[in-house]
Amino acid sequence: MDQLKNINTKYSRLTGSQIVVQALKDHGVDTVFGYPGGAVLPIYDEIFQQNEIRHFLVRHEQGAVHAAEGYARSTGKPGVVLVTSGPGATNSVTGLTDAIMDSIPLVVISGQVPTFMIGNDAFQEADTVGITRPCTKHNWLVKETDALGQVFHEAFHVAMHGRPGPVLIDIPKDVQFATGSYVPLKFATESKYNPRTEGDMEEIAFLVSLMESAERPIFYTGGGVINSGTKASQTLLELVDETGFPVTSTLMGLGAYPASGKNWLGMLGMHGTYEANIAMYECDLMINVGARFDDRITGRVSDFSPGSTKAHIDIDRSSINKVIPTEIPIVGDAGIVLKQILDLWRSKGKKTNAHEVDKWWRKIEHWKTKDCLCYENSDTKIKPQYAIQRLEELTRGYDRFIITDVGQHQMWAAQFMKMEEPNRWMTSGGLGTMGYGLPASVGVQVAHPDSLVINVSGDAGWLMNMQEMGTAVQYRLPIKQFIVNNKRLGMVRQWQQILHGERYSHSWSEALPDFVKLAEAFGCKGIVVTNPSDIDAAIQEMIAFDGPVIVDCQVVEHENCFPMIPSGEPHNKMIFEEDIQANEEQLVGKAGSVLV
Amino acid sequence: MNSLKLKDGVSRKSAYDLRNPTEDIHEVHTLTVLVDNEAGVLARVIGLFSGRGYNIESLTVSEIDHQGKLSRITVMTKGKPSVIEQIKAQLERLVPVYEVHDLTTEGPSVQRELALLKVKGEGNHRVEALRLGDIFRARVVDTTLDSFIFEITGPTDKIDKFASLMEPLGLVEIARTGVVGISREEH
Ligand SMILES: Cc1ncc(C[n+]2csc(CCOP(=O)(O)OP(=O)(O)O)c2C)c(N)n1
Repeated sequence: MDQLKNINTKYSRLTGSQIVVQALKDHGVDTVFGYPGGAVLPIYDEIFQQNEIRHFLVRHEQGAVHAAEGYARSTGKPGVVLVTSGPGATNSVTGLTDAIMDSIPLVVISGQVPTFMIGNDAFQEADTVGITRPCTKHNWLVKETDALGQVFHEAFHVAMHGRPGPVLIDIPKDVQFATGSYVPLKFATESKYNPRTEGDMEEIAFLVSLMESAERPIFYTGGGVINSGTKASQTLLELVDETGFPVTSTLMGLGAYPASGKNWLGMLGMHGTYEANIAMYECDLMINVGARFDDRITGRVSDFSPGSTKAHIDIDRSSINKVIPTEIPIVGDAGIVLKQILDLWRSKGKKTNAHEVDKWWRKIEHWKTKDCLCYENSDTKIKPQYAIQRLEELTRGYDRFIITDVGQHQMWAAQFMKMEEPNRWMTSGGLGTMGYGLPASVGVQVAHPDSLVINVSGDAGWLMNMQEMGTAVQYRLPIKQFIVNNKRLGMVRQWQQILHGERYSHSWSEALPDFVKLAEAFGCKGIVVTNPSDIDAAIQEMIAFDGPVIVDCQVVEHENCFPMIPSGEPHNKMIFEEDIQANEEQLVGKAGSVLV
Repeated sequence: MNSLKLKDGVSRKSAYDLRNPTEDIHEVHTLTVLVDNEAGVLARVIGLFSGRGYNIESLTVSEIDHQGKLSRITVMTKGKPSVIEQIKAQLERLVPVYEVHDLTTEGPSVQRELALLKVKGEGNHRVEALRLGDIFRARVVDTTLDSFIFEITGPTDKIDKFASLMEPLGLVEIARTGVVGISREEH
């Protein structure tokens, strides 16, 4: 290492905070979301004295982490966050947990009290590495300035390799001030963390042989395909074209296979389409690519797709056989394994069992005729589904990114917005974090300043991080906040209707603000729309306005999101609007009602 | 609603045939985990067990390579076979973990525990305690006029046995290290 110092004398002696900024630059970081405080002042001082890295001042540290998630998800690059010690760090915990659940690569830097005060309950001291240990992929408390550079190199490596995820570097203030040696990236010690990315050829060959004989095959894809990079989506498309198999995807995987693609069945799971869920139940070969058999997908595990052979491609070995036993486990990167499958398929000139697969498609076409997303429209009140359908129609041609918050509107957006490409759909899947949408849209717009960035939100969730409207205004980020306002905590209300005898305990949005005035107070534009005939104009006005907009789209209060697989039920027990009207009480069994 | 009359499809290939019929049987496994000896690594391993609801029957840890900064953790855990598999996969996923070995399934191994037992007594009890100590190859490492401290190493069940024999002879205190283990294979 001494040798290296000589080669790179320019970098050899730096203060800790200079190392932080230099390491970020070395890793190609141009954007940081953050909030200052006593324990990170030296780093902020460095940021002030340079122009390569742009810092975006959020209004709450949770917002910074969600913004970084939006940035990461929409670019494929890691998101970077800078927060102070104590409350700054604890405010980042929800975002970190969100990111680890959805495998979003983040590097979060937190300040810490000086090393000699750690453990003394110093002002704004918190055991940040202790608190964030379960919600990061890895974290480090760096007690020596000399170690800082290497930790940064390792941190970026860990965040981006294997199953991506958030990492955190906690840096005491004295370490930021002290001088130490910095090892530039090109001389960094190679990381020992290198999970395998290539799938086992024997398993792949077995899978390919089953793909040839399968009568009722299906691709079930997830966020792993998106995380693997745009190439993975391209390979998926080719493999689907080559085989003619149907495709469904999880909430996190939307856009990997284009919604306009002819083999697309729509999203599966609790609020997925009838055809996707029944096809999952009925298939004889399930090819899971980068999804994790989440409980929103499987429903009752013991009845999950009982007749199928299951292949599971996942970069995280612990996902395999965790929930659903798999006959063909393939540990590897989704894109690389898809390519291995495609290459083998092509090189061997493989053919599907076309006759049977045709019959399978006819069945699927029949299920599609159920038209499961259909709803009864109204010409006096705006139906939330209609609002989102119009949003889809009127923004389809744009270079657009869709973000959602959490609740009914999220599911409607997943059902009606048509994602044609990966990285254009940002939503909080695993954690279901209300308050995700607005800050995430800030991050997406920062990364794509000229694109149309729309957050489809509920009224309640939007309020959870509404302070970030200030960030949007400050940085002239023309984000569009499309609030599907049902004046209810809609998804909670729906469950209370189905599960708790229509006792609507605290699922009202009481004392909602006037969103138009609120928009004006923030210095942006507000639009309210209450009539179905005005909705197109409102959306067009929203698109046309050069700046941030809040649309208060006032919709029917008690609309339910269907189809729905009640908790604890299998895929073939979906319920529809008709069912709920016919049979109010016994839709969910006792066992199901304890599940969330 | 179900006018489509879906059959309760269970085929020969059903994934559920894979389920181990003895799935409800809880097994005890000894895992050894080679880790970077860095701050917080033990908390990470313990946090994994408590956070995911796995059992820890015993746990030992010590640095084994000072220069390479490596530690070995030996953890005895109990669970259904599928849970044991999941524990191993989860451990392997931790960034500072290099290797996870299941001594219970990966061929022959040696597993040992060390215990210190303080036995207080007079007359015949004292003589008998010494005699039994001899049989078990326990060493007396400290003595007063009315007490001994025995040091014993061996597999867990041997120590359990020795402790239970000492009980009526005046066992007043016991300290155990928990199991450490190593595979007999040459590598
Ligand atoms: C932080 C957080 N708290 C509570 C919940 C539980 N929850 C899920 S959906 C929902 C209601 C959301 O209401 P709203 O934002 O108005 O959206 P809608 O369902 O009406 O579309 C609640 C409270 C959550 N997901 N996240």
